[in-house]
Amino acid sequence: MKGKRAGYWLVLPYVVFLLVFMAYPVLFSVWLTFHDWNLVSPDIPFVGLENYKRLLNDDLFFKALWNTLRFILINIPLQIGLALILAVALNQPLKGRGFFRGAYFLPVVTSGVVISFLWAWMLSTDDGLINGLLQKAGLHPVPWLTSETWAMPSIAWVAAWKNLGYYVVIFLAGLQSIPKQLYEAARIDGATSLQCFFRITIPMLNPAMLLVVILSTINGFQLFTEPYIMTGGGPANSSLSVVMYIYKNAFQSLDMGYAATIGLVLALIILSVSMIQKRLLEKDVTY
Amino acid sequence: MDRKISNWIKRGCLYVVLVAGAVMFVVPFYWMVLASLKTPEEAFRLDLIPSRITLDSYRYMLERIPVWKGLLNSFVFAGSVTLITLIFTSMAGYALARLKFRGRDVLFSIMLLTMMIPFQLLMIPLYIIVVKLHWMNSFAGLILPVSMNALGVFIFRQFFRTVPQELIDAARIDGAGEWRILFQIMMPISKPAVVTVAILTFMGPWNDLLWPLLVMRDQELMPLAQMATLFGLEGQGGQWGSIMAVNTMLAFPVIVLYLFFQRYFIESVGSSGMKG
Repeated sequence: MKGKRAGYWLVLPYVVFLLVFMAYPVLFSVWLTFHDWNLVSPDIPFVGLENYKRLLNDDLFFKALWNTLRFILINIPLQIGLALILAVALNQPLKGRGFFRGAYFLPVVTSGVVISFLWAWMLSTDDGLINGLLQKAGLHPVPWLTSETWAMPSIAWVAAWKNLGYYVVIFLAGLQSIPKQLYEAARIDGATSLQCFFRITIPMLNPAMLLVVILSTINGFQLFTEPYIMTGGGPANSSLSVVMYIYKNAFQSLDMGYAATIGLVLALIILSVSMIQKRLLEKDVTY
Repeated sequence: MDRKISNWIKRGCLYVVLVAGAVMFVVPFYWMVLASLKTPEEAFRLDLIPSRITLDSYRYMLERIPVWKGLLNSFVFAGSVTLITLIFTSMAGYALARLKFRGRDVLFSIMLLTMMIPFQLLMIPLYIIVVKLHWMNSFAGLILPVSMNALGVFIFRQFFRTVPQELIDAARIDGAGEWRILFQIMMPISKPAVVTVAILTFMGPWNDLLWPLLVMRDQELMPLAQMATLFGLEGQGGQWGSIMAVNTMLAFPVIVLYLFFQRYFIESVGSSGMKG
């Protein structure tokens, strides 16, 4: 009896937080999508599905969505390819593994603000380090952040660079859970290292691979800091992300209802990805 | 003999890959600190060692923005969020792990569900709540709406479940209440969970940009990440040297913490599925 009451008191602060700063905002968000409000006006007219109709005809929204997808499609292969190489190398019995792993993880703990400014400088067309090196090698400088072709790929590279260490750790855990006997048996059957890699390592890493794909997808849909700082969404909106577009609608145009509608659609996309993640991971955890 | 040589080659290749990786991740940071210490004339040269070290960029930055204030604000912001999270999510985690009460399982399911809600859905209503409560431009507005996270409850719950029941029973027989059991017995033996939650929680607000951007208007109250962003974007100097100086100040505290607690950082971030 005493334990029961203590239980309620102990969860009370967290429940209050949940109700005030989670549940209420979610409901409020949904309510907002059916209204038109500029935050200052005292009346908030009900507009039905107007915001959703507008969304379906909004080229800029679809551009932002496409940009975000493009980001994800470049980002994922980069993450998987590079993280896999580094994780396989780290998985060998070598000296200094701790040091290397620590170095790879450094960008993960560093603020996105720091990394965005650092790379904005390194990638800047006239005075950046990367173009400086290219010119030393006798190549032409590339307008990394100021051309429609290169802006989003550059941002995708920076985001990959920031999170790579995190995915190396995931792959490393995956590699270490592969039973050694599998390799020994394959060796006895005369398999080469390459065969072992493609027939054992890659298939056994599937769960980790899936986790990386899903986490980078969820991360990708939340992209904000890098384009906000590095390109401002430009040039010609070629690096405008969905979250930046919400931000612009809500806090620059004060179009709260419409911004909430985009937010809800984005949340539904992310939620479905998370649901798929939960399903697949639950299935794959036992191996 | 042949085998020995091929082994050497293999090891050589591995080290080349590992060193290339380390160079790729560490050199940009070296470049950042270096740029903040170079003279403006040398800032764009590619030499890895400058001919002269100067603090001019730091002086320039300090003249224009209240960097120390920003650092302090960041500590207040991230520190308060961490403290509030540690206290209240450990309470909830303990109740969910060890006490029986009606609605416990429902609460746990709801909590798991909230972990999937992206912040982008909440940010507009949270902003409106902050405006309505007249919390704009205040630490209350900055801190309270993001002051707890489901991840903390989850980690504490998982950890508290592994504590032997005899320990709790013994404490109860000695007359300890649930609060004492939590704060004087469970917490002290749960250092790994406390450190994990503290690290994950602290990094969030310290590195966050979006939420401060919405709440804080007054430069004197901004956390350093926001201050640095506005300083860099408004091009008050447009000088890369001073932008790298403020960048270095922003990165420094977390990197120092990281160097001391590297293992904990990697384990906690690695085990949680959270982005940095």
